[in-house]
Amino acid sequence: MNVLSNIVKRELASYFSTPLAYVFIVIFLTLIGSFTFYLGNFFVRGQADLNAFFAFHPWVYILLIPAVTMRLWAEERKTGTIELLMTLPLTTTQAVLGKFFAAWIFIFIALILTFPIWITVNYLGQPDNGVILAGYVGSLFMSGAYLSIGSCISAITKNQVIAFVIAATVCFIFTMSGLDIVLNFFKVWSPEFLVSTISSMSFLTHFESITKGVIEIRDFLFYLSVIVFWLFLNIVVVEFKKFN
Amino acid sequence: MISITNITKKFDEFTAVDNLSMDVKSGEVLGFLGPNGAGKSTTMKMITGFIKPTEGIIKVNGMDVEKNPIECKKLIGYLPEGAPLYGDMTPLNMLRFVAKTRGMTQVQFKTALDKVVVQSEITDVINQPIDTLSKGYKRRVGLAQALIHDPEILILDEPTDGLDPNQKHHVRNLINEMGKKKAIIISTHILEEVDAVCSRACIIARGKKLIDKTPKDLKKIFKNKSLDNVFREITLNK
Repeated sequence: MNVLSNIVKRELASYFSTPLAYVFIVIFLTLIGSFTFYLGNFFVRGQADLNAFFAFHPWVYILLIPAVTMRLWAEERKTGTIELLMTLPLTTTQAVLGKFFAAWIFIFIALILTFPIWITVNYLGQPDNGVILAGYVGSLFMSGAYLSIGSCISAITKNQVIAFVIAATVCFIFTMSGLDIVLNFFKVWSPEFLVSTISSMSFLTHFESITKGVIEIRDFLFYLSVIVFWLFLNIVVVEFKKFN
Repeated sequence: MISITNITKKFDEFTAVDNLSMDVKSGEVLGFLGPNGAGKSTTMKMITGFIKPTEGIIKVNGMDVEKNPIECKKLIGYLPEGAPLYGDMTPLNMLRFVAKTRGMTQVQFKTALDKVVVQSEITDVINQPIDTLSKGYKRRVGLAQALIHDPEILILDEPTDGLDPNQKHHVRNLINEMGKKKAIIISTHILEEVDAVCSRACIIARGKKLIDKTPKDLKKIFKNKSLDNVFREITLNK
């Protein structure tokens, strides 16, 4: 436990010791804010909820989360510090979890900083704050799923740009898998159960039902199992590299 | 302390280390010599558990490195090739991170810090970001990081690379001093270093061990030829 929290602390500090953290937070808030008001027509809708706000989270995550995760492992490989880290008395699981939790806490901080929008909607009307809270928790779980994908892919390469591009692509596919752009490709030739399996993997579908206020445990469990799966894969990748 | 039995490491078709065996006891300083690409660093990476050998067994203090990686890593202080460090941290934070990860308490860390900062002469730069330090300082921060938990075993990959003559002298004295109680392996291709610090020299080339003797014996066998010539003769396979 001590080792884990120590890695989390170091990783988190390294986000804030470079401009990365500040650039990320500023761009995240700007993008989310302008999407909510311009594309989401927050005022025109005239409804006291944050659907216009949450609707853009997946899209902003696809773009920005790979930027947060690309350095996690690729940079350690490039600079050779991975040799320092992995020869300390710690398990691969601790290293993977430590890095993941640091990134997740970082996103959590960025999400908290969107609080002015919550104040705005409460000032303008009487929203259902329970639904809003669920939306935030749902968004946090979804960001964890994106982060686990990004972290795993960062472990494959020592090139951060490659890590970014591949992670963004995989995140995009997982987001869109409930929509026709992905489903039509499978509908033509594959059996019904495969199509419905793929469509049930969609980050978007699960997130939409949470933000609409349909709070079901299985949506959260879905994100949790995605996180566990990708982090497991992450551990396997780091271990596998020991042999090669 | 360290016993290596018939280890081989293959990267695809390329054999980096070929059926290598050796032992290092406490109180010994083994100089690991060889031309570039001979397999020195690969062997060190295997002893410290960073990579796994394709074949063979490595034991540290009687424990199998593959089966007890955590326990083995606790006993070892390691300076990897090129002394990689987290450039965004200061030496103080870096040392604290390593010490805490090694399970040291705040009090233990403070005591150890005072000692290693003097040993590796990094007092002046303790609060400067590592990225801004010169090569010599970086190397010494790497050394401090390997010494912080006062390990029984030290594996140092080219510890004097990038240091000026005074610093080299200092580090060699330090290794001599520590070599009385610890098992130390240093890799180098500076041959004067072998005379200066090593109680045994192990020369390898193309992954194979060619010779494993004390520096004195080496001289006897090669009839007082300079170590440079001995090295050239052996590694060029003449």
